[in-house]
Amino acid sequence: MDMSVEQSYIDIYNQMAEKVKAQSSAPLNALRDDAMKAFAERGFPTKKWEDFQRTDLKERYATNYGINLTQFNIDFNPYSAFKCDVQAIKSHLFFVVNDVFYCGDKRATDEIEALKKQGIIAGSLRQVAKQHPELVAKYYGKAAKWDVDTTVAFNTAFAQDGFFIYVPKNVEIDCPIQIINVMNGDLDMMATSRNLVIVEEGAKLQLLVCGHASKSFNYLCNRVTEAFIGNYATLEMYKLEDTEESVTNIGSLFIEQQADSNVLVNEITLKNGFTRNNINVNLLGEHAELNLCGMAIGDGKKHIDNHTFVNHAVSHCKTNELYKYILNEESVGNFDGKILVNKGSQKTEAYQSNRNIVVTPTAKMYTKPHLEIYADDVKCSHGATVGQLDKEALFYMQSRGIPEAEARMLLMVAFANDVIENIRIEALRTRMHMLVERRFRGESSACTSCSDLCK
Amino acid sequence: MGLLEIKNLHANIGDKEILKGVDLTINPGEVHAIMGPNGSGKSTLSAVLTGNPAYTVTEGSVMFNGKNLLEMAPEDRAREGMFLSFQYPVEIPGVSMVNFIRTAVNEKRKYQGQPALSATDFLKMMRERKDLVELDNKLANRSVNEGFSGGEKKRNEIFQMAMLEPKLSILDETDSGLDIDALRIVAKGVNHLRSSENASIVITHYQRLLDYIVPDVVHVLYKGRIVKTEGRELVAELEEKGYDWIKRELGDL
Repeated sequence: MDMSVEQSYIDIYNQMAEKVKAQSSAPLNALRDDAMKAFAERGFPTKKWEDFQRTDLKERYATNYGINLTQFNIDFNPYSAFKCDVQAIKSHLFFVVNDVFYCGDKRATDEIEALKKQGIIAGSLRQVAKQHPELVAKYYGKAAKWDVDTTVAFNTAFAQDGFFIYVPKNVEIDCPIQIINVMNGDLDMMATSRNLVIVEEGAKLQLLVCGHASKSFNYLCNRVTEAFIGNYATLEMYKLEDTEESVTNIGSLFIEQQADSNVLVNEITLKNGFTRNNINVNLLGEHAELNLCGMAIGDGKKHIDNHTFVNHAVSHCKTNELYKYILNEESVGNFDGKILVNKGSQKTEAYQSNRNIVVTPTAKMYTKPHLEIYADDVKCSHGATVGQLDKEALFYMQSRGIPEAEARMLLMVAFANDVIENIRIEALRTRMHMLVERRFRGESSACTSCSDLCK
Repeated sequence: MGLLEIKNLHANIGDKEILKGVDLTINPGEVHAIMGPNGSGKSTLSAVLTGNPAYTVTEGSVMFNGKNLLEMAPEDRAREGMFLSFQYPVEIPGVSMVNFIRTAVNEKRKYQGQPALSATDFLKMMRERKDLVELDNKLANRSVNEGFSGGEKKRNEIFQMAMLEPKLSILDETDSGLDIDALRIVAKGVNHLRSSENASIVITHYQRLLDYIVPDVVHVLYKGRIVKTEGRELVAELEEKGYDWIKRELGDL
């Protein structure tokens, strides 16, 4: 096996591990060496790996990005640069700049204090791990497995910061928390960040995570998020990527759901470069419900890969999965979704659907929906379609005087609608309808600012 | 000059010639019925006039409002005042009726150099025209034709016609699949919109619709050609005798 790409990272780790550990704290450090060992054994995923057949991550890491081990602060205050006036979507707003949680503005510390009054711990993972090591240690690394995906091992070895949210028992936050991951630097750069979300029994969290990037440089982000959802707890997580062609985005989300919990993940790739989203959900308690959906809009040479795995470990759980892609020009989409219903997980309901429109002959869609069922009393379905815009509908609209380009746009927006309709925050839903329409009109805001989402 | 002047029109679908030399002139204020047996080319004629890309014109000319219709994109034909009430209206999931018809109305206004309608004016117009065909309020908020009954789809076509105020309306088998009540509502709508400025082509198999929408001229289209043109009395004759006597006249039987 050729390990030339990996070797430089292995060397850096060997040289710098002690320094990294000194900056970091016990809960995060406990896993670093094991993670590096696993990474060094297998290297980055390539197309030869079953779960990466369409997406070569080794190739993405071959570019020599700087790695921000010393966690230097970039002279960039996102609060002033982003001018985010949150009116339609009132939220507690935080930024992760590259791979560092941004605390350099009073607005960040004020929000942390305001949330503290509601009993919520939110803020920088690095700092919370120092202040509440027992809380972080109880969860950190418990859901994020690296046996399938060694970029998770890479992340665990190197990550030092990211966002942390803890919502204690029966607490419902007054409004959504919004985290904006923003890549900004004056050189090509890699960001390796780590997030931890804990929603205790009966609590509820609405979380909006946006990804943005400045235009000028090449960036690679590797972000791993773990979310632990207690009995009767609710998590709504809306992920929006609106970045640039020069961005490689590798996002891994691991969720553990306890009994009667309810999770919605809605992942929207509005604009990107090269994206691999990995979602891994474990339904560990009976009557847990998961709604997993996403959509992606591709054009140019964009690459969008959504990989999902849902494990029905117990009976009486329900999964509803819907992913939609609209691919133009030479973009490439991949959907690889698996739902595993274990032996004994009776009365499982699991529905998986992937529907795609390939607008141009040069765009490509790969889809692999699969169910693996070892129980005999279940209701499950899965399916995929790849098609084109409905020609009859196009002509019907043209015959009413609607120009072809506008008619195409209306059909594409319509196709995306049912994913957006899953958004339970009305203001965000309205906003997203608009953003998607603008995206199809080619008017995307070149979102180096997030004012778009928050106006 | 006529509103529509078709001369020696030939059209194919694939390699198959369907229209084999159609001549037809329509003046403002006139209602023309086009009848004929199945497969004679009636629906092809409406598809070709509205610019359906499935058909190719191989010969002939069509002038509409003094402009060369065949050179225009389907949307421009519509904005010039051509309207087709589809035999099978298309369902468009996810596109709301309101959004659809507002886009269409405003695109036409833009084409004519008029400003877009304000939301208030648009809704007022929509309310009025909707009542004309007794279209349920709820339908306006649904996706275009999705889950509409057969009758609702046809009434929706006439509603769109009322909104777009075309110069030439082609009603393609608008009576098919309609019960007598729906037929009456549709006909009432069409008659209400009739004026000395506009014209209609009513394509049908049956007398039924023509009892309500009384034509000035009746044509029989057969094997891709108009083989007979007479006054409205031809309708009753066809209803009574069928098409065999015409085929016999042409030496086909």
